[in-house]
Amino acid sequence: MATLVQAVRLALHYGEEHLGVTDVFGEDVGPPLGGVFTATQGLKTAWNSPLDERGIIGTAMGIAYAGGRPVCEIQFCDYGFNIIDLMKVAGNQRWSGAGQFPMPIVLMTPSGSGIRGSLYHSHSFEGWATRLAGWKIVMPSTALDAYGLMLSAILDPNPVMVLLPKALLRVRGEQQIPGEPENEDELKEMIDAPVGAARAAWTPKWPDVKPYFVPLGQGNRVREGTHATVVSYGRMLPLCTQAADQLAAEQGLTFDVIDLRSLFPYDWPLIRDSILKTGRFLVVNEDTEVTNFGEHLLRRVIEELFYDLIAKPRVLFGKHVPGIGLNQAYETNEVPQLADVLVAMRDAATEAA
Amino acid sequence: MPTAFRGPTAATLAPPAELWSRDEMLPAARCRELHRLMVRCRRLEERCIKMSKSGEAYFWVGGPGEEAFNTCLGMQLRRGEGPAYDYVHLHYRNPGVLLGMGMPVLDHVRQMAMTLTDPHSMGRNFVCHYSKRDWNVIPVTSVIEVQYVMAPGTALMQKRSGGDGVTAVIGGDAGTHEGDFASCMIWSSRPGFELPVLILVTNNGWGISTASETQHAEKSIVDRGKAFGIPGEVVDGNDPIASWHALSRGFRHCRTRRKPYMIEARVSRLHGHSSSSGAARVPDEDDCVAMFEKKLLDRELMTKEEIERVHTEAINEIEEAVRQVHTEPRPTAADVYTHTYAPSPVDSVYPEDYTGLPA
Ligand SMILES: Cc1ncc(C[n+]2csc(CCOP(=O)(O)OP(=O)(O)O)c2C)c(N)n1
Repeated sequence: MATLVQAVRLALHYGEEHLGVTDVFGEDVGPPLGGVFTATQGLKTAWNSPLDERGIIGTAMGIAYAGGRPVCEIQFCDYGFNIIDLMKVAGNQRWSGAGQFPMPIVLMTPSGSGIRGSLYHSHSFEGWATRLAGWKIVMPSTALDAYGLMLSAILDPNPVMVLLPKALLRVRGEQQIPGEPENEDELKEMIDAPVGAARAAWTPKWPDVKPYFVPLGQGNRVREGTHATVVSYGRMLPLCTQAADQLAAEQGLTFDVIDLRSLFPYDWPLIRDSILKTGRFLVVNEDTEVTNFGEHLLRRVIEELFYDLIAKPRVLFGKHVPGIGLNQAYETNEVPQLADVLVAMRDAATEAA
Repeated sequence: MPTAFRGPTAATLAPPAELWSRDEMLPAARCRELHRLMVRCRRLEERCIKMSKSGEAYFWVGGPGEEAFNTCLGMQLRRGEGPAYDYVHLHYRNPGVLLGMGMPVLDHVRQMAMTLTDPHSMGRNFVCHYSKRDWNVIPVTSVIEVQYVMAPGTALMQKRSGGDGVTAVIGGDAGTHEGDFASCMIWSSRPGFELPVLILVTNNGWGISTASETQHAEKSIVDRGKAFGIPGEVVDGNDPIASWHALSRGFRHCRTRRKPYMIEARVSRLHGHSSSSGAARVPDEDDCVAMFEKKLLDRELMTKEEIERVHTEAINEIEEAVRQVHTEPRPTAADVYTHTYAPSPVDSVYPEDYTGLPA
């Protein structure tokens, strides 16, 4: 099975061949590297840009204005803070311009902690991203979803930000991408650029991948249960499913675990119906605590489902500190770990009604 | 180089067929056309300033003092939709450009009056914040200098498409302190990937209240282009003849060589920064309209009566537009969400447009 990052690459290839992608670009995105996480190796429209995030998103917007379909990469979301005003413009230009120009850009950027990246390769971005009205924000947690969300991001004629969970980029999927070879070594042979001298002459052999769209705004219930509803996405999602499996096996507690996948628009019916069933709610992410996207979900749950709750709704977030420290003592104490997720889920499920 | 006086001699009876500025010339018909545009533009600005003070509208910003350069730019842009035509990335001082392209004054007044019929923004944005897809006018935003990082993108598509379309981008001098100006130079001049970007700066010597000589060490902004191999020139933006020729050199370079060119136009700011600073007429800066009219009179290209008629017609046209916008619909609560999203076949929540939080 493809890894998450291979899935992104396959989706971009599909986008180039079938969805009109004209440009895949950013810092070190073109040959020889093909992206610092290899998301863009071998793509026919990939090119290296100046080291200039403002130029990257601005040029993407210009390409889109002139009828192209660009996918641009911000190398790490930690370096997206200096383009927040341009993101805002990309999100508001259609509204402010009375609907004249669409803005079909995809901005993809690795997000979150988990690669020992210290202060500037560990930020989460969804707290900022979801505040950008006019954008759509997605974050896959599996390879297949990465493929399907990326195809939707490309096809959608609005600005779509694809937050890629860095720590999961090398994780292999459990479900096959339509058209990918069964054998993962074969896939690697076909689409991973060789290291060393062989790279210069290398061209990829693309598998004939098929269309698979994960609609924007559709979450996925990845575990079904009755004791509580857990909403998460990205890197924290596998921790939630792991905890759910463990709590089911050890304590007989079962959970609806919802992989949100699309942060805006989000799948409110899926969340609401689950809470109406369980009466209990926990949202888990790794972003810092104050003005966290999860707080928005919590607010809606409190305002709209207060009398359907049988226990207090909860959140599990990262600590509100200026950075993620390099020594693992920092990261493990700042960002929720499996043990924290287990406790939070158990508490959510068992607090006296 | 002509040295002799080029105007009509005392013995000439017919008006001269051309007007000279130093060694550059424009035919009389073009001069009259430019004059009419400049006057309509100036009168429009003055009426909008009045609207901002009378309660007919809120904020005013615009470009009185930039009429000469901006109308020349508007007239030279190749108007149309898509990369075969020119793209233009403006800031908030460019009604002259749109009038030069052929915009009716009514559409400007509609935006000033915040009507639902405002084709540029449905009453959502400040005046001069144009957006016009069928003329490749990229939506204007108040954020200084961001237009300079979008310009290479439209120019890239133009170069790729193989035509001779040019991307023109314009902004003020203080804005060039932003990194986005440097980005524009870098992205337009990547070796082997040069782009047809006509980089324009209207230098009025001011930010809002900060004098440029207290912040720039370089003598002229175009000098910065030299490091990137971007040719450029400084032009007297109060002189429509000089402006016309500088712009046509710039367009020609971009159109034929498919590479960037830079023009810094020295212009006046005749009503201060905006209505926030009072928008009162300043006494001590050159007025391109008055100077051009003096020249047209001196060289007997137009009579006093003809010039007055141009003003009267402009005033009438604008008053009629103001009367009309008073009768036009205003946005309502029902208009808040519209045009947030383009319809999408892959969005299960907003297949058509935004409708509020996911329900
Ligand atoms: C990024 C940004 N910073 C600050 C402002 C506020 N502002 C509006 S106009 C202006 C001065 C701009 O001066 P200049 O670029 O020379 O253009 P001019 O108004 O003189 O034509 C400032 C500071 C803004 N709109 N955008």
